[in-house]
Amino acid sequence: MLMMLIAGIAVLAFISASAMFLIWWERKVSAHIQSRFGPMRVGWHGVLQPIADAVKLLLKEDIRPAEADKLVWWLAPFFAVVPPVMAFAAIPFGKSLIPKDLNVGILYIMAISSVCVIGIFMAGWGSNNKYSLLGGMRSAAQIVSYEIPMILSMITVVMHANSLSMQKIVEAQSRHWNILHPNMLLAALVYTIAATAEVNRAPFDIPEAESELVAGFHTEYSGMKFAMFFIGEYTNLFIIAAISTTLFFGGWHGPFLPPVVWFLSKTYLCIFIWMWVRWTFPRARVDQLMAFAWKVLTPIAFVNLAITGWLLLK
Amino acid sequence: MNTSQTKDICTEEFLINMGPQHPSTHGVLSLELKLDGEMIRDCTAHIGYLHRSMEKLAENRTYTQFIPYTDRLDYVASMNNNMGYVMAVEKLLNLEISDRAKYIRVIAAELNRIASHLIAIGTFAQDLGAFATPLFYCFREREKIIDIFDQICGNRLTYNYMRIGGVQFDLPKGIDEKIKKFIKYMRSKVDDYDWLLTYNTIFLARSKHIGLLPKDLAINYSVSGPNLRASGVKWDLRKDEPYLVYEKLEFDIPVGENGDSWDRYKVRLEEIRQSLKIVEQALGALPEGDPTVKIGRIHKPSPSEIYLRTENPRGELGFFIISDGSAYPYRLKIRSPSFSNLAVLPELVKGLKIADIVCILGSLDILMGETDR
Repeated sequence: MLMMLIAGIAVLAFISASAMFLIWWERKVSAHIQSRFGPMRVGWHGVLQPIADAVKLLLKEDIRPAEADKLVWWLAPFFAVVPPVMAFAAIPFGKSLIPKDLNVGILYIMAISSVCVIGIFMAGWGSNNKYSLLGGMRSAAQIVSYEIPMILSMITVVMHANSLSMQKIVEAQSRHWNILHPNMLLAALVYTIAATAEVNRAPFDIPEAESELVAGFHTEYSGMKFAMFFIGEYTNLFIIAAISTTLFFGGWHGPFLPPVVWFLSKTYLCIFIWMWVRWTFPRARVDQLMAFAWKVLTPIAFVNLAITGWLLLK
Repeated sequence: MNTSQTKDICTEEFLINMGPQHPSTHGVLSLELKLDGEMIRDCTAHIGYLHRSMEKLAENRTYTQFIPYTDRLDYVASMNNNMGYVMAVEKLLNLEISDRAKYIRVIAAELNRIASHLIAIGTFAQDLGAFATPLFYCFREREKIIDIFDQICGNRLTYNYMRIGGVQFDLPKGIDEKIKKFIKYMRSKVDDYDWLLTYNTIFLARSKHIGLLPKDLAINYSVSGPNLRASGVKWDLRKDEPYLVYEKLEFDIPVGENGDSWDRYKVRLEEIRQSLKIVEQALGALPEGDPTVKIGRIHKPSPSEIYLRTENPRGELGFFIISDGSAYPYRLKIRSPSFSNLAVLPELVKGLKIADIVCILGSLDILMGETDR
């Protein structure tokens, strides 16, 4: 019981620290891509900037639109933060460094992180703002569509490892990483694209498309409620990167260094790639996005799944 | 679900007011959109939020005093506005200016055209969701032009450099080296844009065949500038009604094929290349002399009326001046390109998605300062 409590606190502390680091890092990465410096004033190269931001957001007035659906509007930020935090329960940081090695680990993570869409939709509906509503509707459509290719690409890995447990999946890669199989490489590509859409990042950030919908579903949120969406977004980013590390890049396996270092460096490298993409590409349009999910990604994922099955049976 | 049930579900049009406070309406433009889901059924543009009654102000200013006001019309291409106005007054006064002044005007106008097109390209990419990166690149290049202008006239945005009868100052020493360096630098950067943005798959998917502006529609709405040329009409006042020294310079007029948003972007990119060519030639042929003004500041033209148009980065900028013989214009009418270019917007967006309207508006490159005047 005590151990569980300590693990819980450790995970929560890690999530806040990681989210803050990622916010700072994203600002730095974007700044250097855009040939500027980014935050430089607060601390060494602005490392304390997220803390200054957090203090500012905590002190801000919490403004609720007069016509908002009170309960739904109030609950939405929790739905954005709680599911990604819960997903941490099954992320394997090291050989025994896992909050809880569930035997349905990957299924659990997928099921839990799908709840996020409800939070976004609640925010869009509850704000009683037309831009928010459009953002919420887009998000619901997008996340539901992209979940299918994402899960199909995960199943190929599960078939190889013969288990849904995250630790078993990592152990199955003790000799070579999954990404080295051609069919896994395809699955990893499908997963990367689908996961980008799943966490609403550019080029698939249409739910909060700034140039069209102002800020989409979180237009009406201010202060700490807005920060909750932000933390949720970056926690989600960490989760999808951690999943791709676990499924395709050998998890915590690696020579010389301790497993947790391997895991975190691989994960943050994946995150860096997502950031790179975000600050480089234009945004796709909502109908192009849906067409791409259903007409391209899903068929590829299905074919890949069939080939993997055939290879395993052979 | 049977039909009796579906009848009970009523749907209504979704009215949305996009602007005047909105990240991508390029200033204080308000668009009243009627939406069916994401589909645009109707679009009405409401303008006038930046109205400063420029034309009425002109009636109470002397001809020279009105020059700084023209800076604030199209504030990203002040040089071209200055030039259009002073040339109109010069035509009214039958005034000839020195050759050096003519060349300096061409250099300043073309450099400003590049700066203006850089903003157009950057904001267009921004509107397509390439978040801030192309915009920063374009602003980085624009900064170099602003530096040059800063040296020439001491200002960074509203230059107030052209004078009736010449220019404010002669070019400072060493500026030609700086401009030559910029031309070399900019050429490589334009090629970079081609690599990074022009043929990007998402960029093409978002802007190709979006907002098709056919030739006849463009002419009927008196669309001008790069927007008109993107529709395939080869009409550029610098070639068709040459003023200053443009007939002595060699340059091409890029035209588009389909008249879609991508063509409008591409035409602007090509125009940057052509403008660089013009600046290079003008700098090489720059004659000796004194470009500054040799006459007084108060002008009393004989009672008459004139219209003069010049090729602005956004299109045809015209000044219609009626003089009653006093030191103040009796009436001054400004024909601003953005006003006509914006008028065609509702024709282009019907039946498209809400994301497309942002794309089309960005590609039309309107500017509220001169639309509302």
